[in-house]
Amino acid sequence: MPETAPLHRALGMTDEEFEDVCDILGRPPSNAELAMYSVMWSEHCSYKSSRAHLGRFPTEAPWVVVGPGENAGVVDLGDGWLAALRIESHNHPSFVEPYQGAATGVGGILRDVFTMGARPIALWDQIRFGSLDEPRNRYLFSGVVAGIAGYGNAVGVPTVGGEVVFEECYSGNPLVNVMCLGILRRDQLVLGTAGRPGSVAVLLGASTGRDGIGGASVLASASFDEESGAKRPSVQVGDPFEEKKLIEACLELYQHGLVVGVQDLGAAGLSCATSEPAARAGMGMDVDLDRVHVREAAMTAPELLMSESQERMMAFVDPAKVDAVLAVAAKWEVDASVVGEVKAGGTLTVRHDGKVVAEIPAASLSENAPVYHRPSGEPFWLEDLWTNTLEYLQSPDVGAALLQMLDDPSIGDPSWAYEQYDHMLFLNTVVGPGHDGSLLRIKGTSKGLAVSTDGNGRHCYLDPRRGGARLVFEAALNVAMTGARPLAVVDNLNFGNPEKSEVMWQLIETIEGISEACESLDIPVIGGNVSLYNETDGQDIYPTPVVGLLGMADPIPESPPRLDRATAGMEVWMLGPRHSRNLAGSAFEKVVKGHVGGRPDAPDATMARAVMELATTLAADDLAPAMHDISDGGFAVALAEICIASGIGATVAFTSWIGLFAENPHRFVAAVRPEDADRVAALADDAGVSVSRLGTFGGEALVLDNQGPEATSISVADLADTWRNAIRRRMHVS
Amino acid sequence: MTTAVVVFPGSNCEHDVVYALESVGGSAELVWHRETDLSAFDSVVLPGGFAHGDYLRTGAIARFSPVMDEVARLAADGHPVLGICNGFQILCEAGLLPGVLLQNRDLTFICRPVHLRVESTASILTRSATVGEVLEIPLNSYEGNYTADDETLAASADQIMLRYCASDGTVADAHNPNGSSDHIAAIANRAGNVAGIMPHPERAIEDLLGSSDGRILLESFVASVGAVHA
Repeated sequence: MPETAPLHRALGMTDEEFEDVCDILGRPPSNAELAMYSVMWSEHCSYKSSRAHLGRFPTEAPWVVVGPGENAGVVDLGDGWLAALRIESHNHPSFVEPYQGAATGVGGILRDVFTMGARPIALWDQIRFGSLDEPRNRYLFSGVVAGIAGYGNAVGVPTVGGEVVFEECYSGNPLVNVMCLGILRRDQLVLGTAGRPGSVAVLLGASTGRDGIGGASVLASASFDEESGAKRPSVQVGDPFEEKKLIEACLELYQHGLVVGVQDLGAAGLSCATSEPAARAGMGMDVDLDRVHVREAAMTAPELLMSESQERMMAFVDPAKVDAVLAVAAKWEVDASVVGEVKAGGTLTVRHDGKVVAEIPAASLSENAPVYHRPSGEPFWLEDLWTNTLEYLQSPDVGAALLQMLDDPSIGDPSWAYEQYDHMLFLNTVVGPGHDGSLLRIKGTSKGLAVSTDGNGRHCYLDPRRGGARLVFEAALNVAMTGARPLAVVDNLNFGNPEKSEVMWQLIETIEGISEACESLDIPVIGGNVSLYNETDGQDIYPTPVVGLLGMADPIPESPPRLDRATAGMEVWMLGPRHSRNLAGSAFEKVVKGHVGGRPDAPDATMARAVMELATTLAADDLAPAMHDISDGGFAVALAEICIASGIGATVAFTSWIGLFAENPHRFVAAVRPEDADRVAALADDAGVSVSRLGTFGGEALVLDNQGPEATSISVADLADTWRNAIRRRMHVS
Repeated sequence: MTTAVVVFPGSNCEHDVVYALESVGGSAELVWHRETDLSAFDSVVLPGGFAHGDYLRTGAIARFSPVMDEVARLAADGHPVLGICNGFQILCEAGLLPGVLLQNRDLTFICRPVHLRVESTASILTRSATVGEVLEIPLNSYEGNYTADDETLAASADQIMLRYCASDGTVADAHNPNGSSDHIAAIANRAGNVAGIMPHPERAIEDLLGSSDGRILLESFVASVGAVHA
């Protein structure tokens, strides 16, 4: 007879972790208990490999209302308004089933935000795939975009921005990150607490089924190999209509003050939604699984406890208000069941078929979760990578290089994706997709919320600390260019297999870089997510942190800068430090030279702040109608994108071709009216930021004049055609 | 008098419509789809969204919502009835407007501003506009492809209110975003008091958000409230 593996291993637990459970309980766990520990102690839920390092992030500021650890971070906007922000990944499910993987990612992040009492007002998606030359990647890309659109549009929350990036390292492991912003009045803030003894647990929303069982432990916490297709049943199926009703029902509950606390059911399902709120309140709970409304018969207790069926919320309610809660649910056609009662003492007791199937300390599922101090070490290949630089003896054909970069799908027009997303609902989108940062107004106030999300796996691969820091500075500059000042950061740390020392080193270095940058700008990290095991067949992705930065403009600019606001006669300015001679990690080296090597330039925190504050002033006072940060593709791509959006040419002089393509940080291009030139120059001078006045907008071509015998001239129509079709032609859409 | 803006489970543009109607001088109130008495209202808007999830054919379930009898009564009595996007789909399903809405030609959701040419002013949607005028208004739909058979199109030729066009007003296949029959973006009933529009005029009421060309359409609607088009 073949030997069967113990159940805990099948559930993704190590033998040591199993022993820990036995120690906590003083006996071997029941199957139901084992199910609960296996999901709650999974990498996805417990952050056991990263937790020891996440404490490095600066998390405090006077305007932080809720920091990391709750379902979403919350900051104070003044005048009684709060904003809730959260970012998550759905990388593994999206690789297995792109449409539903991406769709349920949207559903999950929304629940994290409306759990806090906030109405979700906008989404951003950061998605990364391998080359579009591979059919499989086109399938994943189109499936993920359709899933985001299918869920986000139907649930009625606009997707106003994000990133679309293609890089070979994501071929076997796409990254699908999603961020959600919500707003609320201060008196509607709700936390994930179970409240006092006697509080009643009401399960709201979709019925519980066998879908998604083990999603957190089986799928999100392990690497991929050839057998991954067999994991498809672990992907959940989303129902945006159910979620829409759930949002409206919950917001009505909050409005009438009917709940003590709320917890969404995401990864780890009922196990999490009972134990975490109880633990936060220092309470225990009696839970009766027979009262859970189910979509299929004869589910076992472990299945009920592990199910990741979507669109469910757990509300904790004062007993006197249960009927009112059920009435609101009925109005919105949302199913609701009373499934438990909070009790003193800290024990979580679960019954099924009338019998006790689990009796454990509620807090042990979260607080006693293992914390691993995994070995970390600088990769042995790092020195070789840094010295692997290109020598440039002569200038390339700058026109051809520019067109080649505009044709790169990571730089080219992302509207193939975002035109499938409703990005206008709620009438708040002042600056929408296609810009460096988004700007949303809050109706009935003078406030605008600015958001930028940024990632750069190539830079982080070459130097995770510098790369991580530069993301924060880039996002801050993007937000500044809408006229806003930064308030807070969330981050999504997408990394490879933490059991490799170089991956742990990358993670720790990245956290250090992000932390240092946040400290220098005085902005707290209010939440985040860690996604590990992003590897397929032993090949790790680039370390890819994604930073989401929230800022506020008050008052919101009447005419915020936009890429399409450059007009004939305006001057072309470059603001910020002089260009570097170092092209390491640049789009030029990747796209034109097919090279990834060298060490990207270090950021300069003092300069970052000076440039950011200057950009805020220029945007707020409408002194630079078009602004664009210099990042992927350097000055040339930034200027070309303004020309394309504005439908106008420009003539600029340059002395070094490297200056056209360098990506050293803290720099932006601006269109400046001649009559404002003196004022802009004076403001820059005061800020200690240098400027270069490089030319003028006008005509129908972008003319790059090296002051030699022949200038490079490309018509804006050709630039636009190349840029607009970079993704479209590869997706075979005209 | 006040306009009823119907909220089906799954509607999502209802708040935007109320905001937009008020910004052009109208008065509007949300009404739940189970309401069976709209006697306090003399006009109604069915807003965009995904009523009842639209997992079946769009609007096919919403037409059976309890409120729809009252919507039909207001329509029959000549009061202004406007369907926007999903609301347009529901009015077609309910038989209050000719034709149906199918999936877009390219089988992708489309969210972007499009240009529309005013073809007729004989409706509650266009009475304040000018024939030939070009408006820039966002489209936001997956099932936006207006389709009718030749007989229906011939019979309702005078009821076409808006067509998709280029920024200079040229109507051609290249400027038709979703493959709609005869480039139709908005159509009315024979009396002109019931109208459906696929793009979202309520999303084009402020220059800050990109366009205010939708105002003229909503102003037409508000100006029609109180007048009976029997």
